[in-house]
Amino acid sequence: MDMKASKKLSLKDRYNLMTRDLAWTPTYQAVQDVFPYTQYEGIKIHDWDQFEDPFRMTMDAYWKYQAEKERKLYAIIDAFTQNNGHLGVTDARYINALKLFLTGVTPLEYMAHRGFAHVGRQFPGAGPRVACLMQSVDEIRHAQTQIHSLSNYNKHYNGFQNWRHQHDRVWYLSVPKSFFDDAVTAGPFEFMVAIGFAFEYVLTNLLFVPFISGAAYNGDMGAMAFGFSAQSDESRHMTLGLEIIKFILEQDPDNLPIVQAWLDKWFWRGYRVLTLVAMMMDYMLPKRVMSWKEAWEVYAEQNGGALFNDLARYGVKVPKGWEQACKDKDHLSHQAWNTFYNYGAAAAFHTWVPSEADMKWLSEKYPDTFDQHYRPLWEHYAREQAEGRRFYNGTLPMLCQVCQVPMMFTEPDDPTKIAYRESDWRGNTYHFCSDGCKSIFDHEPEKYVQSWLPVHQIYQGNCFTADADPSQPDFDPLADVLRWYKLAFGQDNLDYADSQDKRNFEAWRSQATSN
Amino acid sequence: MPNVFIAFQRNEETRPIVEAIVADNPAAVVNEQPAMVKIDAPGRLVIRRTTIEDEIGRDFDLQELQINLITLTGHIDETEDEFVLSWNP
Amino acid sequence: MTVKSVAPYDFPPQDTVDQFPAPLLYIGWEDHKMFCAPFCVPMPPTTLFGDLVKGALPGFFGAHPDFARIDWDQVQWIRSGQPWQPDAAKSLADNGLGHKSLIRFRTPGLKGLGGSSH
Repeated sequence: MDMKASKKLSLKDRYNLMTRDLAWTPTYQAVQDVFPYTQYEGIKIHDWDQFEDPFRMTMDAYWKYQAEKERKLYAIIDAFTQNNGHLGVTDARYINALKLFLTGVTPLEYMAHRGFAHVGRQFPGAGPRVACLMQSVDEIRHAQTQIHSLSNYNKHYNGFQNWRHQHDRVWYLSVPKSFFDDAVTAGPFEFMVAIGFAFEYVLTNLLFVPFISGAAYNGDMGAMAFGFSAQSDESRHMTLGLEIIKFILEQDPDNLPIVQAWLDKWFWRGYRVLTLVAMMMDYMLPKRVMSWKEAWEVYAEQNGGALFNDLARYGVKVPKGWEQACKDKDHLSHQAWNTFYNYGAAAAFHTWVPSEADMKWLSEKYPDTFDQHYRPLWEHYAREQAEGRRFYNGTLPMLCQVCQVPMMFTEPDDPTKIAYRESDWRGNTYHFCSDGCKSIFDHEPEKYVQSWLPVHQIYQGNCFTADADPSQPDFDPLADVLRWYKLAFGQDNLDYADSQDKRNFEAWRSQATSN
Repeated sequence: MPNVFIAFQRNEETRPIVEAIVADNPAAVVNEQPAMVKIDAPGRLVIRRTTIEDEIGRDFDLQELQINLITLTGHIDETEDEFVLSWNP
Repeated sequence: MTVKSVAPYDFPPQDTVDQFPAPLLYIGWEDHKMFCAPFCVPMPPTTLFGDLVKGALPGFFGAHPDFARIDWDQVQWIRSGQPWQPDAAKSLADNGLGHKSLIRFRTPGLKGLGGSSH
């Protein structure tokens, strides 16, 4: 007897049967009670089944490919560790980029995991729920793979050991932390636009490609391996973000102004966080990949330009701060590095003056601005350092109420002038670095008056160790704050030139290449 | 016309995939960087399963692209046979 | 209330003046971005403005080679973006400065390191 085999299911049909067709609309309880967060943001969804997951991953495919990626990744990490791969990096200045990454980015991966788990529960549509839950698992995978990859560096170099503790306390880390706290305390739709779209689609390439390519260019196979491994998940994340935006905009024209306001806000907040990446690319990589300016031109102006050109059919406009970000590309990295050079005594990684060779590269990449604006600054610092007066700024800076970065940003049309903006609200004054941050505050002042600004918290006495006694005559508040940060003075901070990292790296490399 | 792009890790698994893409997309431009290969194409890029299978000499599931994929841009349309990136689909 | 929420959303600001040992003052030196950002310091409201200038500013700004060259009679002051004329003999409070006031000063002719505004 002939066996009659039915035709195999198409990718699309299999996906639908295994995800949305498993779901049902609750009848024992009101839908609004089961999904209590879907109305309050004002977003209107009429038909959740219109959401399409382009990758159409069912769990069997998901686990198969994720397992393959994990096997490859940990094999590389093992090989890197066994081979003392850390001695293959260009030089130990590079390792400071990894300290910045572990303290600043890895905790955000964990928070993304929680955020996507939350929205994966709160969305009534089965399609986005499945995609969000996969993303949530991806994100904790990223957190863990980053920790594993960077643990090898922790064995040999300073500044990695208290990353989790420092993320909640250290002044510059409140910039990425507040960014994500802002997102997870927003509603599920805003979270998706903020993280799924603005961060994971519009801006992601500006975070990951520089770090990962930086790893590749500087001989860091360990970080490069986790980077590429994570990036393959990122394509699914980007796709979810783009699909969610299209879906929300197609559901109801009333959604457009809400989404546009979120795009304006979250492009600006994300761009401000990327300040750290700009300085990493231009100042922290001994072997540079490309300049921040070039990365902005490729990944923001060209790629973002194409994206917003495409989304124009929904009525979406380029985010409000776009033009300013384009103008700032010639200045951002230099101003940021100066901030960390200033406060190098309070940073949990080393800082240094760019060498003559570094400045030659910077001059070529920034022909309109570097020699005029920034070379005199670095040359002054180099002269001072040579005479034993390495400059450390001992007075705490003013911070922006919203992005929490020190107020180091300049006017978009005059890079010699610090930009100042302010608002008064319920009897108090608040200060901002830009029109973008002021606008974010003015829309939701109740939220941003709660900003935990590190400098203000230090002055309130909230950043001292448990046994600190400020009444003692020899009490040194800033030294105590560094203890509270669990920052080892003289090991984790100060100039690279005098660091244990540098001495060790050079000694070990010499041992590896001579007898 | 604005470009779409796709980027892969540069290894022996992706080499035939890149060759298949170039064969099926005459306007594509390949940009090789350390550990990464990026392919740009104006407006639309198609990755065909059968072309890849011809290159590698075995059956291929387009979802295998996930393993070495780094990043991409454009709207995605994926079936068993084709993975298409485009603007204004 | 502009924050959208599912329950009443009303929380106290983190930085009201009662939570600090003294009102915060922000102070910046125009065209001297070697100091990457303006400073934030708690300053007792009874401090005389002249004492702020002579007593505190050298500690904040003295590392810059231009500081020693400042002609204090020529200095222009700005408060919240507007030209402002402080009275050195009066206290900060009597000069109208309160919690989170922002003052800036410009030193005509001194343009920073190599004229770069740093």
